[in-house]
Amino acid sequence: MDVILFFVFAIIAVVCAINVVVQTHPISSAISLVGVMGSLAVLYLLLGAEFLAAAQVIVYAGAIMVLFVFVIMLLNAGTEKKEGKSLVVQLLGVPLLVAFLGIVAFFVQRVFPTTMVHFGGFTGGGVHEIGMALFGPYLLPFEVTSILILIAILGAIVLARKEMD
Amino acid sequence: MLAEVPMSYFLTLSAILFALGVAGFLFRRSVITVFMSIELMLNAVNLSFVTFSYHHGGATHQGIEGHLFAFFVMVVAAAEAAVGLAIILTIFKNRQTLNIDDIESMKN
Repeated sequence: MDVILFFVFAIIAVVCAINVVVQTHPISSAISLVGVMGSLAVLYLLLGAEFLAAAQVIVYAGAIMVLFVFVIMLLNAGTEKKEGKSLVVQLLGVPLLVAFLGIVAFFVQRVFPTTMVHFGGFTGGGVHEIGMALFGPYLLPFEVTSILILIAILGAIVLARKEMD
Repeated sequence: MLAEVPMSYFLTLSAILFALGVAGFLFRRSVITVFMSIELMLNAVNLSFVTFSYHHGGATHQGIEGHLFAFFVMVVAAAEAAVGLAIILTIFKNRQTLNIDDIESMKN
């Protein structure tokens, strides 16, 4: 059952990721990216990361992608113009990509041959454990993150209102 | 056998998604799509973090660091998306284009 679930959602993720790259309209890319993030959330659940699966759906598929779609709609971004790619790219691009991924897959198989993932094999990814770690030994990075978000808010406001007048 | 997935499958999936993100980042011409490719790469790296957390943790409740790293990556991605989309808005207001080939004032 775990294998079937993994392959179903891995194939959905890969097809949606290919769709992100090959679609010419930004809205189609954004919707495909939501598909990638949703299937990755399912894979997080399979790995026992319940909190991260929920955060993935809420933060990524919810907040960030809504921001993307909002900007695409606001700018009325149209279809990307096709331009001629060089002959080298057309001939060698996909084979080189497949060869690179084959090499990566080979070494990954060699280095991590034994660890098997099954649902329920990792139980430390709930909200309680994440919270205890986040407000215990990782309190300083958490607080630094809040400063980062404050700076990002200020930067976004400054950038967005600069040449309005 | 059907109940367990090798960990290397997750890492290979992460590599595939990352490579597709790199391809989109290099080959696309719309600045919004380039930005979405960056998000795709961040997601792929997050999957690797969570997989290694499983590998090192098991049932011992020790391997939580990967989850925390993935959480911080999500926070940074959210901040980055806010600032980056504000930059895209400013560029579009000033130049009326989203094609990255037309935005070359930092060249030379």
